[in-house]
Amino acid sequence: MNIIVCMKQVPDTETRIKLKPDFSGIETEGIKYIINPYDEFAIEEALRIKERFGQGQVTIITLGPQRATEALRTGLAMGADEAIHINDPFFEGCDQYLTAKALGRAIKNIPYDLILCGRQAIDDDSAQVYAYIAEFLNLPYVSFVIKLEISQDRKSLIAHRVIEGGAFEVVESPLPAIISATKGLNEPRYASLPGIMKAKKKEIKNLTASDLGFAEDESGSGGSKIKIKKYYYPPQRKPGRIIEGEPEDAVRELVRLLREEAKII
Amino acid sequence: MAGIWVFAEHKEKKIKRVVFEILSEAKKIAVSKGEPLCAVLFGYGIKDLSPELAAYGAEKIFVVDDEILDSYSNESYSAVLADLARNYQPSIILGGATAMGKDFLPRVAAKLDTGIASDCVSFSVDEDGRVTFRRPVYAGKALIDVYCDGMPQMATIRPNVLDLAEPDSSRKSEIIEWQVSQDARKIRARIKETIKGASSRPDLTEARIIVSGGRAMKSADNFKILYDLADLLGAAVGASRAAVDSGYASHDMQVGQTGKTVTPNLYIACGISGAIQHLAGMRTSKCIVAINKDPEAPIFKIADYGIVGDLFKIVPLLTEELKKILKEQ
Repeated sequence: MNIIVCMKQVPDTETRIKLKPDFSGIETEGIKYIINPYDEFAIEEALRIKERFGQGQVTIITLGPQRATEALRTGLAMGADEAIHINDPFFEGCDQYLTAKALGRAIKNIPYDLILCGRQAIDDDSAQVYAYIAEFLNLPYVSFVIKLEISQDRKSLIAHRVIEGGAFEVVESPLPAIISATKGLNEPRYASLPGIMKAKKKEIKNLTASDLGFAEDESGSGGSKIKIKKYYYPPQRKPGRIIEGEPEDAVRELVRLLREEAKII
Repeated sequence: MAGIWVFAEHKEKKIKRVVFEILSEAKKIAVSKGEPLCAVLFGYGIKDLSPELAAYGAEKIFVVDDEILDSYSNESYSAVLADLARNYQPSIILGGATAMGKDFLPRVAAKLDTGIASDCVSFSVDEDGRVTFRRPVYAGKALIDVYCDGMPQMATIRPNVLDLAEPDSSRKSEIIEWQVSQDARKIRARIKETIKGASSRPDLTEARIIVSGGRAMKSADNFKILYDLADLLGAAVGASRAAVDSGYASHDMQVGQTGKTVTPNLYIACGISGAIQHLAGMRTSKCIVAINKDPEAPIFKIADYGIVGDLFKIVPLLTEELKKILKEQ
């Protein structure tokens, strides 16, 4: 069972986002980076599948700047066997389309039975890279998966996909296929100390844009389909009010305000 | 290239409200660009759904009525929509940012070699005649304006963020029927079964009212007081990450950066202190009510109305008070 996990390094969920003075992006100074939490579920699931079958290889792959190496080291320390880093200034500012194109081209050269991704990166919140990869590699996919079973013969999978209102779809697919993981799939492990020591010695394979067949005269942002014009802060909320008084009175006043002022109920 | 298309998602033959929201807003773009507003309707035995789409302004409706589309599959749906788009060359394709729209529309974008802006909250035509889409990033800690440098320009639009126009049932539309190709019938990942959720409450992302609980709920059993309030109001029930991670609520109930981003008319936060990743996911709610015993809790900084006190006293009182009011109406 050869499994590839696509992952991304993202700012920690506690990060306060500060925009650049010209609103062209975010200030990255002082940000603490983590593995995208949804990708951690994907890595964990890959390791569990490998352990269940007692054989196979887990390869983690990322596209990102030099700092993303730390995320790959963490993935290796969790137990991944190999790591690939698509690391080239060419890809600065590239969108999901181009990211998927690069990942797809890198993955094409590795034997795989299953590709796992997180449902979305918690920075761009796009939830599309796996769909583009699936189309580029002509694979089926199941998104937002909360439960995954691989058949004994390793030829198919059954995935529970979360839909609206707490309902889910039970989807069966032949392998190879792509799965996007959502919260609830598993509890990711922490890297063990021996794992961390071992990961330090592992080689990370670096790939450049030209390794992946991108022409030198293209640029990452030029080859993107979705172009960012400007960043904004969310609108400020008007200061609200605290309703004072005994619980009974406060509740009565709240209901009155909801009806007469906010006109909601 | 002409035509602004809206994918008309329906559940059990009831068109989703978000479709009407998108049609209402897209009508303005259609008028300003001088292009027809079109709806795209997939399913089996769905022809009766067209008049409603016409009432919200669809001038043409592409109807693909085929048994294979009775059960959803991202492979067949994306193949049929891409076939249609190659044939009729729309300039814009929009759909709801729902479990279905988010799943298959990116695959359509991939097939058409174009981009798609996910989870947008507004859109408008810019000076160049292109559409600018506004979308939250970092779960709403920031917003970006983007455009799609490809054809068609594609986007998924979040439910509950756009205003509904007044429907006009006298409007007529042209129906264009389309046949599913042999290629589009090849499905690998198949739905074997759909398992319904334990509750009949609306989904968080589509709910008009959300009652949400945090760590201070102390147990899964205590969530019952939130369910009682929610059921009275026809609301969905949400939870903070702390409450989900403590096992008080299920994963699909989480609101915030590793959960759902929501925009209800009313968000009632009970015992939620307001971690930054939670506030990001609900701060665009139209009205926020916070109930918390800590007057310093960050949630009060963004709440329209706050009550400082014991939620176990206040929530049942609120339910009782609302019961009285709703009975009077």
